[in-house]
Amino acid sequence: MLSLFVFTGASQFALVGALGGGGNPLAAAAGALLLGVRNAFYGLRLSQLLGLPVAVRPLAAQWVIDETSAVALAQPDRRLARLGFTVTGVSLYAGWNVTTFLGALGASALGDPAAWGLDAAGPAVFLALLLPMLRARSSSTPAATPPADPPAAPAAAPPAAPAAASPAASPGPAGDKARTHAAPPATSAGRAPLVRAIFRREEAAVAALAVVLALACVPFVPAGVPVLVAVLAAPAMLAVSRLLARRSPGGGR
Amino acid sequence: MVWVAIVVTAAGCYAVKLLGLSVPAAVLERPLVRRLAALVPIAALAALIALQTFADGRTLVVDARAAGLAAAAVALLLRAPFLVIVAVAVVVTAAVRALTG
Repeated sequence: MLSLFVFTGASQFALVGALGGGGNPLAAAAGALLLGVRNAFYGLRLSQLLGLPVAVRPLAAQWVIDETSAVALAQPDRRLARLGFTVTGVSLYAGWNVTTFLGALGASALGDPAAWGLDAAGPAVFLALLLPMLRARSSSTPAATPPADPPAAPAAAPPAAPAAASPAASPGPAGDKARTHAAPPATSAGRAPLVRAIFRREEAAVAALAVVLALACVPFVPAGVPVLVAVLAAPAMLAVSRLLARRSPGGGR
Repeated sequence: MVWVAIVVTAAGCYAVKLLGLSVPAAVLERPLVRRLAALVPIAALAALIALQTFADGRTLVVDARAAGLAAAAVALLLRAPFLVIVAVAVVVTAAVRALTG
C-alpha cells in the first residue's frame, strides 16, 4: 500500500525505519518527506523537456523519481524522452510494487527481523544511496578534480527498485546529478583553492555534521526528531560556505 | 497514528513531485534553492544511517548493527552490487549477534 502511493524508495525506507523504531509518526513522515524533495527538482527539469499537457501532469507526477529522470534526461529529443520516461515509469512502478508485495508476504513468515540481522539492512540501504551523492559532485568537475578522485561508479548508483534494474537505468542519479550541478563548478573555478576544496567537500561536511547533530540529541528528544534537527546541517553548511566564499579574495558573486 | 503518518507521507511525496512539474521554473532555478535541495537529502540520509545503527530508544549503543554497517561500507567501496551490499550487512549483523549472544 505504502509503496503504491509513495513510490520513492528512500522515503519509504525512512518512514518504515522510523516507525519500526517506535518513532513519532509525524516526525517520521516529515523525515520521509524531506528525502522526497529532490523529486521536485527532477520534475522541474522534466516539465521543460517533456512538454506535458496540463491534463497529463498529475498522472505523470507519480513517476518522477531518480531513475525515470535519469533515463528521460539522457535522451536526445522530446519524443525519445517521453518514451523513455513512460517505459521506465511503467516497468519500475510494476516491478517495485510486485516485489514489495512479495516481501510483505514473506515478512510475516520470518518473525522478528532483529533475529536475522535485518535491522542492519536499513542503514546499509541508506549508505548505498548516500555514497553516490557524496561522489556525484566531484565527478561533475573533471577539469578541476585530480585523477585520484574516481567518478561515481554506475554499479554504486542507488537502484531504488533493485528487482527491476533495467540496463537503461544504469546511468543512474549520479549521471543525472553531474548534469544538474554542471553550472556551479564552472562559476567556482575562479575562487581560491581553499574555497574550491571546501565546495567539493561540502556534501561530506554536511553528512558529518548531520551525523553528529543526530546522535548528540538522541538522549534529549523523542525518536524521530533527531533526523529533523540533523537536516538543519544542510542550510547551516550552505551559509558557512557562502560566508567563506565572500571573504576569500575574488570570491564574491 | 501510523496510518496518519503513511497518508501524510504519501500525499506529501506526491505533492512535491507534482510541484516540480507545475511550479514556474524561475522559483526553483535559483542556485541557492537547488544547492539546498541537493544537500538536504544528504543530511537526512546521513542522520538516518547514524540513528538506525547506533540509537536504541534514547540511548546510544555500539552493537552488531555497527559491524553490519562497516561490512556494508567495505562492500560498497569494493563496488559490490546493491543487493550484495544489503545482504552483506544483514549476514554480518546476524553472525555477530549469534556469536555474541
